[in-house]
Amino acid sequence: MTALELHGVDKVFNEGSDGRVEALRGINLSVESGEFISLIGPSGCGKSTLLRLVADLLPASQGRVTVNGKPPRQARLDRDYGMVFQSATLLEWRKIRANVELPLEIMGLSEEDRAQRADEMLNLVQLEQFADHYPWQLSGGMQQRVAIARALAFSPSILLMDEPFGALDEMTRERMQMELLQIWAETDTTILFVTHSIPEAVFLSTRVVIMSPRPGEITEIVEIDLPQPRVFETREDQRFFAQLTRVREGLRAVEKP
Amino acid sequence: MTRHLRRWLPAAGLFVAGLFLWESFVQVFDIKGFILPAPTAIVRTFVVEAPELLAAGIGTFSSALGGLLLGTAFAIVIAFAAARWTVVRDGAVPFAIAANSTPIIVLAPIANSWFGITSPLGSIFVVTVLVFFPVMINLVRGLMSPSPSQVELMQSYAAPRRTQLWKLQFPTALPYLFSALKVAAALSLIGAIVKEFFGGSQERLGQYITTKAGLLQFEEAWAAIVLASAFGILLYVAVVWIERKAMPWHVSIRNP
Repeated sequence: MTALELHGVDKVFNEGSDGRVEALRGINLSVESGEFISLIGPSGCGKSTLLRLVADLLPASQGRVTVNGKPPRQARLDRDYGMVFQSATLLEWRKIRANVELPLEIMGLSEEDRAQRADEMLNLVQLEQFADHYPWQLSGGMQQRVAIARALAFSPSILLMDEPFGALDEMTRERMQMELLQIWAETDTTILFVTHSIPEAVFLSTRVVIMSPRPGEITEIVEIDLPQPRVFETREDQRFFAQLTRVREGLRAVEKP
Repeated sequence: MTRHLRRWLPAAGLFVAGLFLWESFVQVFDIKGFILPAPTAIVRTFVVEAPELLAAGIGTFSSALGGLLLGTAFAIVIAFAAARWTVVRDGAVPFAIAANSTPIIVLAPIANSWFGITSPLGSIFVVTVLVFFPVMINLVRGLMSPSPSQVELMQSYAAPRRTQLWKLQFPTALPYLFSALKVAAALSLIGAIVKEFFGGSQERLGQYITTKAGLLQFEEAWAAIVLASAFGILLYVAVVWIERKAMPWHVSIRNP
């Protein structure tokens, strides 16, 4: 089944004024259910914008976007996707469990169901003992795990992640990548992942989408030919380096003066 | 407990030292009571005049508190409407900011002619208007201050506007609300007392102070000033107490 489909998608900000910015041009992308897709490209290439078109947080200027076969707006109303931002975006007045419960509360689940589901999710990210802490009592990496638990709490079929590990130190980052892959394998979710780290994109993804600087265009899609499940040693595998090189060269090729 | 004590000690010491200096200054230089009465004289007068003073104080305090609550209630209603509907925000906020820059206390004489000189409604009215604008403006600012990604998060859940207001914008605005309330608490007593300077029942602090000062009974006037200050501090402490209960998570309150 096709999870995401973008066809001839353009995005222009401030059309018709001096501040006109062409962010995306002629985007065609099809993502099958269960794939792990990374979007990579230089800063300002529109990869976050692309994510927001899928999430119905921004409208496309041209072209067609479908999410689970539906217009993005319908997919959003049906809660087909969960979203994770670069900052954990936890609500600081809610304890950890209550943060994970937030989407469930909005969806009108009973208190019991919410608590049970939140505990399951906190188990999944191994933070069950922090359920009654406030966000400020947790480290950045832990907060981001809470954000992932929250995004998965209502079992969306798609996870949209906007540089979720961008603010973490290298060691935490690698551990989080492993955890995310385990969650991906356990939950059967389709993931669209924005990053500007080449190793991260290669390690995580089934395919890496390379984008050019503004206006962002998809210049190449690299199939990552590494065995699943990815493990710690994957990063030391010769094939891993070969894929790194392919993506790096793909990115160099699109550099515009 | 001792740590608590140690933190309060410098302030308490300064307070006592200040009183001592004041007292010695008055005694040594033989300052006349109509210029500056000694603390001991003020305390003596306070004890003698206690029934009358407390009655006046409670009357004034009630007006201040009534106006504070009423003004805050109106401010909350209008601020939520402004946060919810752009047209209300664009329409009302500029006027609120303009009104907030005017010395609203000048309404006091008008309030006398509207509500009658001795009616407490005049005081409540002045305080309500005085409190309304700063609370409303700050609350609107707070309600509009969630981060863009927090707003996107709520949109990604397809949360209705009402839910966003209640679950995101209102908690975000709480620190703004309480900052405004601390200012408003002080304003409310100022408003009530100044309004009474322009006229009001004799059993009110404002009238008590002007009358006693007019009769050159400065010990009495000072006793009333001390009482007014005590009520002001009481109101402030009450706001701080509610603030701590309402937002234990906030960076200004939490204990690591």
